[in-house]
Amino acid sequence: MPSFPEAAKSATGDSQLRHNLRKATHTIRAKRDGAVGELDDWSQLRAAGAAIKDRTLRHLDTYLERLEDAVTAAGGRVHWAADAAEANDIVTGLVRATGESDVVKVKSMATQEIELNEALAQAGITAYETDLAELIVQLSDDLPSHILVPAIHRNRAEIREIFRDQMAAWGVPAPERLSDDPRALAEAARVHLRERFMRTKVAVSGANFAVADSGTMVVLESEGNGRMCLTLPQTLISVVGIEKIVPSWSDLEVFLQLLPRSSTGERMNPYTSTWTGVTPGDGPQEFHLVLLDNGRSDVLADTVGRQALRCIRCSACLNICPVYERTGGHAYGSVYPGPIGAILTPQLQGTASEPEASLPYASSLCGACYEVCPVAIDIPEVLVHLREEVAGGSGHTAEKAAMGAAGWVFGGERRLGAAQRAASAARSLVPRRMPGPASAWTDTRDIPDIPEESFRSWWRREGAAEEAPEPGRAPGDGDEQEGGRR
Amino acid sequence: MSGSRERILGRVRAALADVPPGEAPEDVLVPRDYSSAHDRGETIALLVDRLEDYKALVHRTPAGESAEVVARALAGRGVRRVAAPDDAPEDWFAECDTDVARAGGLDPAGLDGVDGVVTGCAAAIAETGTIVLDAGFAQGRRALTLIPDYHLCVVRADQIVTGVPQALPRLDPGRPLTWISGPSATSDIELDRVEGVHGPRTLEVVIVE
Ligand code: SF4
Repeated sequence: MPSFPEAAKSATGDSQLRHNLRKATHTIRAKRDGAVGELDDWSQLRAAGAAIKDRTLRHLDTYLERLEDAVTAAGGRVHWAADAAEANDIVTGLVRATGESDVVKVKSMATQEIELNEALAQAGITAYETDLAELIVQLSDDLPSHILVPAIHRNRAEIREIFRDQMAAWGVPAPERLSDDPRALAEAARVHLRERFMRTKVAVSGANFAVADSGTMVVLESEGNGRMCLTLPQTLISVVGIEKIVPSWSDLEVFLQLLPRSSTGERMNPYTSTWTGVTPGDGPQEFHLVLLDNGRSDVLADTVGRQALRCIRCSACLNICPVYERTGGHAYGSVYPGPIGAILTPQLQGTASEPEASLPYASSLCGACYEVCPVAIDIPEVLVHLREEVAGGSGHTAEKAAMGAAGWVFGGERRLGAAQRAASAARSLVPRRMPGPASAWTDTRDIPDIPEESFRSWWRREGAAEEAPEPGRAPGDGDEQEGGRR
Repeated sequence: MSGSRERILGRVRAALADVPPGEAPEDVLVPRDYSSAHDRGETIALLVDRLEDYKALVHRTPAGESAEVVARALAGRGVRRVAAPDDAPEDWFAECDTDVARAGGLDPAGLDGVDGVVTGCAAAIAETGTIVLDAGFAQGRRALTLIPDYHLCVVRADQIVTGVPQALPRLDPGRPLTWISGPSATSDIELDRVEGVHGPRTLEVVIVE
């Protein structure tokens, strides 16, 4: 796995990728602004969301036990997985016990994180992704690049080719004369997957929320593939990170307002499913909840980094991030890309090796991610905290990572300088000199002055100015290596 | 594996060493000063506006004329065979000459064979244009509103609330719930919104006042 600067270099040189990303992030951003702007109590909802998650995290042991009791009482079975290997063993065992060799899956980042599909394949079980974007990614043997729109790096012509070439090997083939019209492509996916839904008896899902008091699982989606997976099979296995808990049913009134508006910029996503254990005569008659730790308790132990576990995976921070916009999700080398990936991945996996160690530097510390985060995760604060940790571990890695990430991404001193000068008010949280071991790093550099304008206003202006193409010159070209030096 | 249960809970407790031992979950205060509903004028009009924003088809009708509206909607769609929950009121279908299949006897393949489905709902949320089904009266099990390509939903005015915070107390988390906000949709291909991938491509709503 290349470190962030290396991966970012090749990504920023890919003009198709950059075009797709820019269109996506700008479109979703504008929609999100509209949907959020509609609610005059947004900042109160955000504060409530952050506090509910903090309450849960500070008393996670209590809530985990409460959730287990409630799920069990409702006819579900709870399994505990300390790490990825154990989670994969549990799920494999559960599928084997059904005697089936196929499972349908609704998009789940937790199962990506543990590489469940690969583990199932080793056991002779085929996992079929059913979210349209995940299907595209799976058929093309690719990796997702965005939390919300995993195949955003693909355009319609590529998707048509993927469907034409690959669908037959996985099930119902694509129609003879498939056009690249999104409607035709969606229809091809509908036909391809419907047959699969009708006959597959085991499903695997994640969950957006798990309600401790009632034992209820909550999944938000748009296409209906979630509903198919959650209701048609006989057996449902949900792999859920231990941080996904909310205390009570009524707390959903906060998150069902925060999540759709932050994520897709909709007042509400087309479908939300909730279920509690099993319901006789309706839906799966066997329900398993696999509670996944896999590094989360380590994140919990870090009193600064703990807030990353509030994340509800809305992807708003990706869409606002100038670094993500240039590099795309693959450069982060992790299931969780963008600003949240830059703080979550190194915490889940440790910063001993280079890809993870470079991630806290994959940012300009502009603070835009903090401004949009619906649960007010102070990503810049955690980034600085993690840089300290990396710098404490190995100065060389930190230096290389810092210079590389800033340089490749901003492709020139001018742009980086502007980005730093324009940092938002949240930026003032970043100390002038970092304490402890990181001081060696900050001592030789000025941390830029407190900004005169907000990042948002700068980015709108500069971002728009950049829409004009620079002929023959990708942002990765030229003097970028100097970018981080001042 | 109970070993892992104890291990994870142990790790979690160790990780929370900074939390004072006497602190109860409720001691972590949650500010609840957000609005319970946003004032946006007349509730039914708001629901109609939001539903239409999702490209759902909407009708408002006085109670006495709902059968006629249902009949016209089904005829307009060319629906010849429609599924309905076993307990859906007979008088919904009093005016239509569509073949009504009671859904109790239909398996998924059977549901795949009908042109549409007619159900009631448990609640509707005006501010977000959301219809909530809880598998209760006149709604049937979850698969019913999922497999057919067309869903006609009958909403009573007294089932409509303003915002999400008013809906949750009306709903029982013990029941399986489906919240529907417009027809199935995807934006996965170059962010072009396409209606309908797996769920019904058309959502039609009859609001009975
Ligand atoms: S960190 Fe915040 S903005 Fe980013 S995905 Fe998580 S909840 Fe959304």
